Amino acid sequence: MTTVPYSSSLGRETTYLNHSHKIRSWLLTLDHKRIAILYMISITFFFMIGGAAAVLMRLELMTPQGDLVKAETYNKLFTMHGVMMVFFFLIPSIPAVLGNFLIPLMVGAKDLAFPRLNLASWYLFMIGGLFALASLVAGGVDTGWTFYTPYSSTYSNSYVVLAVVGIFINGFSSILTGLNFIVTIHTMRAPGLTWFRLPLFCWSLYATSLIFILGTPVLAITLVLVGVERIFHIGVFDPSLGGDPILFQHLFWFYSHPAVYIMVLPSMGVVSEVITCFSRKRIFGYAFVAFSSVAIAVLGFLVWGHHLFVSGQSIYGGLIFSILSFMVAIPSGVKVFNWTATLYKGSIALQTPMLYCLGFIGLFTIGGLTGLYVASIAVDVHVTDTYFIIAHFHYIMVGGAVMAYMAGLHFWWPKMTGKMYSEWMGRFSALLIFVGFNLTFFPQFILGYLGMPRRYYAYAPEFQALNVLSSAGASVLGVGYLLPLLYLLWSLRWGKNAGPNPFRATGLEWKTSSPPPTENFEKTPIVNEEAYAYHRMEMTGDTVATH
Amino acid sequence: MDTSFRLLPETASTMASQVDGLYFFLNAVAAFFALLIFVLIVYFSLRYRRRDESVRPAPVPTNLKLELLWTIIPFLITMVLFSWSARLFIQMSHSPADAMRINVVGKQWMWKIQHPDGQREINALHVPVGKPIELMMTSQDVIHSFYVPAFRIKQDVLPGSYSRLAFTPTKVGEYHLFCAEFCGDQHSGMIGKVVVMEPAKYDAWLAGTIPDEPPALAGERLFAQYGCMACHGQRGPTMAGLFGRKVELNDGTTVTADEQYLHESIFDPAAKIVRGFTPLMPSFRGQLTEEQVMQLIAYIKSLQYSQSTQEQQ
Repeated sequence: MTTVPYSSSLGRETTYLNHSHKIRSWLLTLDHKRIAILYMISITFFFMIGGAAAVLMRLELMTPQGDLVKAETYNKLFTMHGVMMVFFFLIPSIPAVLGNFLIPLMVGAKDLAFPRLNLASWYLFMIGGLFALASLVAGGVDTGWTFYTPYSSTYSNSYVVLAVVGIFINGFSSILTGLNFIVTIHTMRAPGLTWFRLPLFCWSLYATSLIFILGTPVLAITLVLVGVERIFHIGVFDPSLGGDPILFQHLFWFYSHPAVYIMVLPSMGVVSEVITCFSRKRIFGYAFVAFSSVAIAVLGFLVWGHHLFVSGQSIYGGLIFSILSFMVAIPSGVKVFNWTATLYKGSIALQTPMLYCLGFIGLFTIGGLTGLYVASIAVDVHVTDTYFIIAHFHYIMVGGAVMAYMAGLHFWWPKMTGKMYSEWMGRFSALLIFVGFNLTFFPQFILGYLGMPRRYYAYAPEFQALNVLSSAGASVLGVGYLLPLLYLLWSLRWGKNAGPNPFRATGLEWKTSSPPPTENFEKTPIVNEEAYAYHRMEMTGDTVATH
Repeated sequence: MDTSFRLLPETASTMASQVDGLYFFLNAVAAFFALLIFVLIVYFSLRYRRRDESVRPAPVPTNLKLELLWTIIPFLITMVLFSWSARLFIQMSHSPADAMRINVVGKQWMWKIQHPDGQREINALHVPVGKPIELMMTSQDVIHSFYVPAFRIKQDVLPGSYSRLAFTPTKVGEYHLFCAEFCGDQHSGMIGKVVVMEPAKYDAWLAGTIPDEPPALAGERLFAQYGCMACHGQRGPTMAGLFGRKVELNDGTTVTADEQYLHESIFDPAAKIVRGFTPLMPSFRGQLTEEQVMQLIAYIKSLQYSQSTQEQQ
């Protein structure tokens, strides 16, 4: 090596990245920042598997008749897409990657409260992921990521148990991560960092952690019961064994609806950080944004029954879940209004993280507003289990959560790696993803209202035009996701040095060098002002970007 | 079925236009808020774009009135949506006392339907226009879901319990019937049609007679109606070119496929099993009249002629 890649004008030589290069120093690390990088690499891998399944599905759906793959294969593809994307990419994405990296930095601590537990979480995650992969290699699972009984517990001839064990183990990873975050935020805040001075990212991950801890055990138990019924024929869900198939749906959605908020709340946290930085403004209505996170987390536990409007629950049950589902729309709306108001009279720079962030607000708004359609119980009867639902939750989970993950990744990439990526490539890919996403999923709203059911590998010919449009959009979206992979990796080798605070953001994570040293801060920082005090920020000195 | 490109499904039940009404209102609400947010974001991004790196905009204090405004107005809108949709839902869950009861059994991967006076059909549902219908549904295996987009109705069909689905068709025509709950390999093949007929035509259909219909054509219709093609040609022996041919049986003997043999095979299918097949077929004794069996035989005879000429070509 003739050059030392991490040397900078500040003269700091030792960072968390270069203090040791041994494989062992990564696989046995207790440093929250290195564990975050391990998660980042792992979830990118799982994202690519889930993405490959989506590509094959969109190719199959170009024509009304089933031709590219067999029906059985198609069923395994959408199952693998859902399992990989939900359990092994979306749920861990922002919490396990950005949360792991940032929470100790944001609260001014050296690490999370339980570093060994943190490493154990990653190993559990990987073991769970290997089980899920094993089910794929063995021949696949064809139940859909929802594992509805009695199909999953009795009738399916695929590798259900392997996949279920994988998700079960992965659940413990979520629970332990949530526990770690809660304890860290409670006990390890720097002097002066009161609850209402916390960055909203911490608030939202705190709310997310509550859901991890309260919801995940229910999913774990439910999946164990599916395994027990499948292996030992003990009747829990299958009526022919004396069970109740609807019980499964109640238990499954008791976790899996709040799981949507596991994906969305951290996204909201990222957006609150990015939008303030790039409009140089304090967040509008800090307390309203903070408490709406908690309101969403609490209300999110009371709406699972809206997945069962046509399953045969009582009319009154349906009506109560309908009104509660409308309620959960209110705090989400409050957040969107407050973010938009934050832009008012700001100093707005449309750099890459901000473009992703505004893309999030736009797509999340559409996803949220179409939530009103499906909360309207009489409309939901028509559109549930159609492509309308597919479009709605992709707007929330991909348009929302993935856009926000990209925003966060581009915002904190210089902090994590010390390097700047190509700004123009960044903006171009943000635009490509936004356009590709809408082209892929907007036609599916129309398809759904027309009545095309989900999980159909062959469909009526009149649905073809919209399906072709959707597949065309998916190819644009695919390129949009591949580009960041390339230019971010490129930046590691050839990117400009970022300096400690290239975007001149507030927050403790920007007060240390990029990449930070293993111990995060040379001395424990002291906080004496609110979050997002952009109006008081010094605009001179060496915090200005080097580009 | 109309297969041209469209943005809304056909409207063929009393609920359909009402659900569409709520859908249009939702579209208006969604379009208003989406445009409001989009326009504000684009406007602010241009109006307040960063011109000078050193600008430090003054903070805008939280405005409690504004916060309450954008909490309460959306709340009121959602309550309007809730009461509107709840009213429709209660209405669609209610079935009138004079509704015609039709039984539906879902199984992997077909819909089996029986009319009040015993008439059966598979993957098709014939109903008279303007008459309230109530389906009593159950499943023989996994969960299915009975979905007719043109009626804007859907109901899961569960094993081990009965679920009901009520509707009143308003327009004569053929409409899609889909299974909407994933049920295994051939889920997307668990489809059929709902045929809405004039009451007089429905009565004629129910009686199994359509005036002046040639027997072979009537037989073809019965062959489809009783789901014979679900097996014959795949799991069961093909009918093409069968009539008059020598058939090898499981016990090593052979018979000629004549009228007597076909009649026996329909009413007592287990009596003679064709070599290489398993005895799966149910008896149709009591379900088909002698007249209908004759029509079926006429249909099978007609296959004989056309198929064999095709084979020679």
